[in-house]
Amino acid sequence: MSREVGQSRWHGLLVNGALLALAVVSLAPLLWMVAVSFMPAGEASRFPPPLLPSQGSFDSYREMFARTGMARNFANSLLVSSAITLGSLLFNTLAGYAFAKLRFAGRERVFQLLLAALVIPAQVAMLPLFLMMKQLGLVNSYGGVVAPALASVFGIFLVRQYARSIPDELLEAARIDGAGEWRIFFRIVLPMLKPVLVTLAIFTFMAAWNDFMWPLIVLTDQEHYTLPVALASLSREHIMDVEMMMAGAVVTVLPVLLLFLVLQRYYIQGLLLGSVKG
Amino acid sequence: MKPSLAGWVFAAPALLVIGLFFGLPVLSALALSLTDFDLYALADMGDLRFVALDNYLELLRTPMFWKALWNTTYFVVVGVPLSIAVSLGAALLLNAPAARFRALFRTALFAPVVTTLVAVAVIWRYLFHTSYGLVNWAMGHAGIGPVDWLGDPRWAMPTIILFAVWKNFGYNMVIFLAGLQAIPRDLYEAARIDGASRWKQFLHITLPQLGPVLLVVGVITVSGYFQLFAEPYVMTRGDPLQSTVSVLYFMFEEGFKWWNLGRASAVAFLLFLIILGVTTLLLRLGRRKELV
Repeated sequence: MSREVGQSRWHGLLVNGALLALAVVSLAPLLWMVAVSFMPAGEASRFPPPLLPSQGSFDSYREMFARTGMARNFANSLLVSSAITLGSLLFNTLAGYAFAKLRFAGRERVFQLLLAALVIPAQVAMLPLFLMMKQLGLVNSYGGVVAPALASVFGIFLVRQYARSIPDELLEAARIDGAGEWRIFFRIVLPMLKPVLVTLAIFTFMAAWNDFMWPLIVLTDQEHYTLPVALASLSREHIMDVEMMMAGAVVTVLPVLLLFLVLQRYYIQGLLLGSVKG
Repeated sequence: MKPSLAGWVFAAPALLVIGLFFGLPVLSALALSLTDFDLYALADMGDLRFVALDNYLELLRTPMFWKALWNTTYFVVVGVPLSIAVSLGAALLLNAPAARFRALFRTALFAPVVTTLVAVAVIWRYLFHTSYGLVNWAMGHAGIGPVDWLGDPRWAMPTIILFAVWKNFGYNMVIFLAGLQAIPRDLYEAARIDGASRWKQFLHITLPQLGPVLLVVGVITVSGYFQLFAEPYVMTRGDPLQSTVSVLYFMFEEGFKWWNLGRASAVAFLLFLIILGVTTLLLRLGRRKELV
């Protein structure tokens, strides 16, 4: 009896110890980033490397905003990600609802085609897309980043899964009462889709904020760079300014990390809906 | 407006965006890969020539393409199993009855997933710096000599793999966790009464029950890991000795540095075919083992 209790105590210690170790490994780089961003210039390159700033200092942030265009890049990221989120929310919701609830010719075939397109890596499209953007005059503009992201198969799929649970009788009743399709969508459907809209919004915003390869291709000058592209280019020139680079990393990572912390329930739901049931 | 018309009207904006900015470019990429589109054609389309499969054949004779393919394969073959193992291990720990503060731990382990890849890649560059990095400093205390993580061709790819595992394991962990919670409790109950050890329970209950989830996660992870790009772009620029040039990195350089868009499109399509082949094979294998 006592041996069993002892064993289960060891087991509990082992499980929680391992979890703690994993949590430390997961968070340590992020905590180090924050600590270094508050160090006076040059401190992080000392040996042995200090873990905490000798004195709290905002110098690296001040220097970053003064010497680089990071403030501008932050605004770019915010603008581009918000535009993508709002636009794609509308387009994906309209389409997801249509595929779930409105019968139209070719519906199933088109939806199958969309799902099949998921196997094609996005990068296959990027080379011709760049030429297309050049033709449209959208290279090095916000529009070049925003336009291709205004709808996604994942978003349509997510909304469709959720919208299928809307009872048909409800929509029929509204139609009999003489409500038009737009009215039904905005007055009845949209309020019922609220939870999935939150999920989709934070997914889209985070993906847009963190996106790297396409903005790197289509944006060609510092003025228009989003944060990840700006940070990648800064890390080339300023690799020795550890504190300033970490201030830049904090500014880039913090908004999405906070967003996740506040809305993580919705985020995890979307992740599960999108992958397991897909 | 009839519902049937409304259906098309509502679906149209999204379909237009996807068709115009994805469908059309994908088809154009196929066409482009059969031409010699380069810097001259970019200036004057009159210079464009149809070359049939020459781009593909030439790629197969290009050592750098094979090197990139080898590097990417290395990343996938080592990275995916490691990544899935860590995810599964973390999910098992979180799901263990003895685990405390589950929500807190889950959030902590998931945090790297939502961070911006470029930003955390920059952090890792400093942490794994040969002379100033915390990692070498800590290892020095254990008596292990400094490793030139990102500067030694033997170590650069393993370091990128470690980074990718750290960044991604939380994602699959959450999926596994949902899968574990769906396994009926009484299966374990019965096994315990029969005196099965924890390891036996894992082998004979957890793994088979998790089969379909494992297959889906495997397929998604493999196809994602084949698309390696930003990590080497930020951490190593493909160096040292091109040991971290991935297929997409090679495509990016061919396309947007040298403007050989025809050749680069061929690279993109070859990668697509490879991913399609490997994931189809995985699904076939999974079906034969009756995972799904």
